Amino acid sequence: MAKKKTIRTIPQERAFMPVEAPEARVANFGEVVLGFDVENALVECERCLVCPEPACVAGCPVGIDIPGFICKMIDKDYRGAYDIISEANLLPAICGRVCPQEDQCEGVCPVGDTLEPVAVGRLERWVGDRAIEEGWHKRPYIEPNGFRVGIIGSGPAGVACAADLAKAGCAVTVYEALHEPGGVLRYGIPEFRLPNQVVDEEIGNLLDLGIEIQCNTLVGRLFTIEQMLDEMGYDAVFIGTGAGSPKFMEIPGETLNGVLSANELLTRCNLMVAGSFPEYDTPLHLGRRVAVIGAGNTAMDALRVSLRLGAEKVYCVYRRTETESPARVEELHHAQEEGIEFHWLTAPVEILDDGDGNVRAMRCVRMELGEPDESGRRRPVPIEGSEFEFETDMVVYAIGTNANPILGQTSKLKLNKWGYIETGEDLATSMAGVYAGGDIVTGAATVILAMGAGRRAARSIKEYLGIRDSDVVYRPERSGHEGALFGVNVAERNFARVRLA
Amino acid sequence: MTSQGTKTATGRGTEPPKWRMGPASGVGFPIVDREDFSDTTFRLEIDHPVMAKAARPGQFVIIVTHDHGERIPLTIADYDRDKGTVTLVVQAVGKSTREMQQLCRPGTALYSMVGPMGQPSHVGEAKKVICVGGGLGVAPIFPQARAFKERGAYVIGVVGFRNRDLIFWEDKFRQCCDELIICTDDGSAGIKGLVTKGIEQAIAQHSDIDEVVAVGPPIMMKACAEATRPHGIKTVVSLNPIMVDGTGMCGGCRVKIGGRIKFACVDGPDFDGHDVDFDDLMNRLHRFKEEEQLALERWTENCRRLDMEPHTTTDQDKGRS
Repeated sequence: MAKKKTIRTIPQERAFMPVEAPEARVANFGEVVLGFDVENALVECERCLVCPEPACVAGCPVGIDIPGFICKMIDKDYRGAYDIISEANLLPAICGRVCPQEDQCEGVCPVGDTLEPVAVGRLERWVGDRAIEEGWHKRPYIEPNGFRVGIIGSGPAGVACAADLAKAGCAVTVYEALHEPGGVLRYGIPEFRLPNQVVDEEIGNLLDLGIEIQCNTLVGRLFTIEQMLDEMGYDAVFIGTGAGSPKFMEIPGETLNGVLSANELLTRCNLMVAGSFPEYDTPLHLGRRVAVIGAGNTAMDALRVSLRLGAEKVYCVYRRTETESPARVEELHHAQEEGIEFHWLTAPVEILDDGDGNVRAMRCVRMELGEPDESGRRRPVPIEGSEFEFETDMVVYAIGTNANPILGQTSKLKLNKWGYIETGEDLATSMAGVYAGGDIVTGAATVILAMGAGRRAARSIKEYLGIRDSDVVYRPERSGHEGALFGVNVAERNFARVRLA
Repeated sequence: MTSQGTKTATGRGTEPPKWRMGPASGVGFPIVDREDFSDTTFRLEIDHPVMAKAARPGQFVIIVTHDHGERIPLTIADYDRDKGTVTLVVQAVGKSTREMQQLCRPGTALYSMVGPMGQPSHVGEAKKVICVGGGLGVAPIFPQARAFKERGAYVIGVVGFRNRDLIFWEDKFRQCCDELIICTDDGSAGIKGLVTKGIEQAIAQHSDIDEVVAVGPPIMMKACAEATRPHGIKTVVSLNPIMVDGTGMCGGCRVKIGGRIKFACVDGPDFDGHDVDFDDLMNRLHRFKEEEQLALERWTENCRRLDMEPHTTTDQDKGRS
């Protein structure tokens, strides 16, 4: 190895990565961020200082050995880099695209103290895409351990949990209510940010681990969690159903035609391909002037989808300012570049009828920021007498979600006062052998946090079933067991052996 | 790179899915029987033993006919736990349902069917009930009438059709109803008039009716709710608004109940008819009327063009069945 790198010797600027020009991209659903080529990926790798105690690994919800995979890349062992990433994360091509890296690995990267942090997300994506192209996915030989685990929901939490349990030798079945797997990766995140093909490929990797995915299965209604444990022979169940239920504001005019949730807009476009109506049967009826309420990542997706489907004007209406917007910096930036009009400090108070049951306009009020609220952000307060009419013929709500009620309705699970499933630190629910994680526990969050929760639940399920957890061996400090002997949990009674075929 | 450039808005490949579409190992959900009640209404029996076991009166399914299809909510008309089948009755009114009428035959399979969705109807302690079905609501009222009968209630069935040729399941209703009142628009069978006339007749004859359950088009359910309101009889209606996922995720099916927003798919589909804002529901059902019109015209035109090549479709049909 060459001389130790310092902040002075590394490339000062981030390596070049092409992005589709705004004028070209708003006309189609092609990917916006095009990814590194190999030369630039290697330049970017040189910017990593390979810290002895890497903050980025701790900052990653799934604990990817980031300097480890970057070193493999520097050695041009790309396959090795993929093996390191896929140890912790089976969906690198997805996470490299959709993680909020600025709050995680890149947010704590020491290079970022003086320069731009190492572009970990882009490198992860490069490795993930390369793996798909080359078909590197490893099909490990897994010795079955005889346990059966049922997973409810094939979104990020469910698949992360499924992958870890399958690697440990459990027979895993994932149930999905929609007719295609992937959860929010499929119905929520649009094509230009995460192509369906990438989702297909990475879901295919899960199937290669022997995981069974069964679509068109609404757990709770087709069969209950109790039945899974009592009649269907599952030893444990993981719930990763997502938060789901979209919030509305309960202001007048909300049931007019032309008012819909971002979930509905995105599901119609992403899952049901309404953009290609009438070749595909699902309609959308896009407005000419679309106003999206909210400024989170879902709002950004709804805004940019509306633009691509041909809306003449697309407005983002948010009651706080750009500073408080919860969206990823990159998404907000892309939306601005694409010509979306932002109306900060603005909130609707009524949606107005055109006389025919459709949206004609919104009555909005201007806001100002007052004292900080419990979230630490300054609370928006309406300015008296500032009401005005905002012309629009489609209003899309992207103001968050409530808990999906189905599993609460159909089981004895203990819920908290907001209807989310109550769990302990180990993600165990009030029912023995039933674990839950992701948005259905925490409320709406991100793909990677859900995946982190899925992995944490998998660890707890392994412990519950008495299976050795490889993390316990390699990272004794993470196991949290008082009774660990040589890093091995003394309570475990079943050894899973994993080796490469 | 993996995916840039060549992608269209569809983003779909042509390969069959690698995951399983349902509990059965085969492709899709096999149609085992079909019966045509009239030139628009037909019954499909679909093989799905797990769902046949789980289904309760008042629940619905969402089906997709093929991989370009839309998700269509349909109330479960019956289920047979021994045969392991679920029965749906479909009225061919729009593009997708007419296409189903053309394509769905025994031996073929639905691309997707998920359910049973929604909360089952509350078949309570009522001693005397009127079960009202009109139009496409005749089939879904049947399992409720049967459930009430099984609970020991006195069941008065009121079913409405346009004319006598459209009547179906009269024998099934007679088996589970203590009284059956058939209403036809033209008076060709039973009493002449709408189902509300039947309800009024039943209320006039029985002073002790505990509950009315009405399933049908919104305008009919609204009329039923208005007919019972002066008598103060509890009236349950089953709402069928436009839906996408049916799992509470999209909020497309929101309805106004007593001034508050509810999601028909997870909070319903049954609601107190006296609290439902039917005008709001009927307005929301027109949400896609332009698109529905366009899809139907385009499809009819395609069918007409295909018909110009004589007998190709019929020959294929013969080959399949």
